[in-house]
Amino acid sequence: MEATPIISFKNVNKIYDNGTVGLKDINFDIPRGEFLVVVGLSGAGKSTLLRTINRMHEITSGEIRIENEPISQYKGRSLRLLRRKIGMIFQNFNLVKRSSVAKNVLAGRVSYYPTWKSILSLFSAADKQKAVQSLQRVSLAEKLYARADELSGGQQQRVAIARTLMQDPKIILADEPIASLDPLTTKTVMDILKRLNQEDGITVIVNLHSVALARAYADRIVGLRAGEVVYDEPIGQVTEADLNRVYQTV
Amino acid sequence: MTSQVPQRPWLQRWHVKPIGWTLLLVGLLIASSRMTGVDVGMFFSNLGQFTDLLVRMSRPAWDYLPVILQPLYETIQMAILGTTIGAAFAVPFAVLAASNLVHNRWLRGIIRLILDLVRTLPDLLLAAIFVAIFGIGSTAGVVTLAIFSFGMVSKLFYEVIETIDMGPLEALESVGANKLTIIWYAVLPQILNQFVSYFLYTLEINVRASTVLGYLGAGGIGVFLQRSLNQFNYSQTAVIILATLVVVMVIDGISNHLRRVLL
Ligand SMILES: Nc1ncnc2c1ncn2[C@@H]1O[C@H](COP(=O)(O)OP(=O)(O)OP(=O)(O)O)[C@@H](O)[C@H]1O
Ligand SMILES: [Mg+2]
Repeated sequence: MEATPIISFKNVNKIYDNGTVGLKDINFDIPRGEFLVVVGLSGAGKSTLLRTINRMHEITSGEIRIENEPISQYKGRSLRLLRRKIGMIFQNFNLVKRSSVAKNVLAGRVSYYPTWKSILSLFSAADKQKAVQSLQRVSLAEKLYARADELSGGQQQRVAIARTLMQDPKIILADEPIASLDPLTTKTVMDILKRLNQEDGITVIVNLHSVALARAYADRIVGLRAGEVVYDEPIGQVTEADLNRVYQTV
Repeated sequence: MTSQVPQRPWLQRWHVKPIGWTLLLVGLLIASSRMTGVDVGMFFSNLGQFTDLLVRMSRPAWDYLPVILQPLYETIQMAILGTTIGAAFAVPFAVLAASNLVHNRWLRGIIRLILDLVRTLPDLLLAAIFVAIFGIGSTAGVVTLAIFSFGMVSKLFYEVIETIDMGPLEALESVGANKLTIIWYAVLPQILNQFVSYFLYTLEINVRASTVLGYLGAGGIGVFLQRSLNQFNYSQTAVIILATLVVVMVIDGISNHLRRVLL
């Protein structure tokens, strides 16, 4: 039996250098395999929360554990190994636009190689095959040799997901992955994330603005306001009225 | 209720700012020509000598052409070699000088100071120094052009780096890539085209510059240019100038074409 959570926050605080409170006394656990959606107004601290998990942001106090290991002391190589098992999806896709889809996807694998091999693109045949498979999982294999900037927004986001799959991630963090997409592509991307969660058992944490989407996909919803958790319920118990609390101003 | 359209402020209505700036610039121009003693009158009264020179150059000695082909070729080689060496050294310096890649203000400051110093050295001074060190010949020319290109290209390069999209860098960092890999995968593809474009631009400038450097004995066609002028052999000078013009135009054409294809 696996009872330990994959991620756990204990008394986590984050204060930016300019004094802005990013996160305030965050305490909660994320069980392995959960599809967690974080909601909140703009500036509530959703991106900050997500980025503390892969140490793209440092916390000011408290402790974050991933697979029961405190992550704050990781440096250099151990930090890179932590990041390797955590995929990240961005609102702006963050592909290298001038590079091919294949190169963008393979970039997700570089942390498995020594630097010189990455630089010379000496990827193993198995990994090249894996890149094709990753693209197949997001139904974009035919775009393997296209340049990233030839793709639509939704396609670019799927390439970004394929890049993340190359990491063999245990966790995927998605920061408003659909904010610049239309409703139809939104559904495609969210469905892919849900499938990765269910088929591969990847723990998925998604920041969303849309409460309707959160209710459609989440196992559990956490609401943030001004850096604090003001709401935390499994999907069965989520009610519209409760969620409105998250969006109260003041 | 209709919303009020604000009154145009009188500053804008009378174009006070553009007029003020123009007057100031003209004033500065006059003042600086006074102070440095530029005599515009003399320029016009001596135009006659210039036309005289042109007349004497109007009969190019075409039989001189085969003699200068070899030095012309050497000039092009010098320019290519110098630009390549300079640009190659410029890449790591440009990376270290870019404020979006290096957050350590001290390191960046020192690198930029070095680059500023290098750019301050006039290429003619460099050529004179290296001719003294390496003797008359193309080695001095190549070293001079390399340093000159390094100073110029590194600034152009780091300004390009500072305009890149930082998103892919964030993505590569989140993947667990190290610094060098991030630069290779996320920075290089974004800047490569502009780098090549600036490289070609510098090459153009260097072909022209190397004719002047040759004047100081730094090899290439400039040596022949100087010789013909010293001997008042203006028909030879004309051939040299025309041949150089053709070379510069060809290189211009090639690099313009490459830039169009690249960007
Ligand atoms: N680098 C920074 N320096 C200072 N303050 C910051 C920085 N990044 C974010 N903040 C502040 O921290 C707070 C939380 O920001 P965050 O980006 O996490 O919000 P968010 O919930 O993701 O908002 P959005 O929905 O607009 O993306 C905001 O008040 C923001 O202004
Ligand atoms: Mg955000």
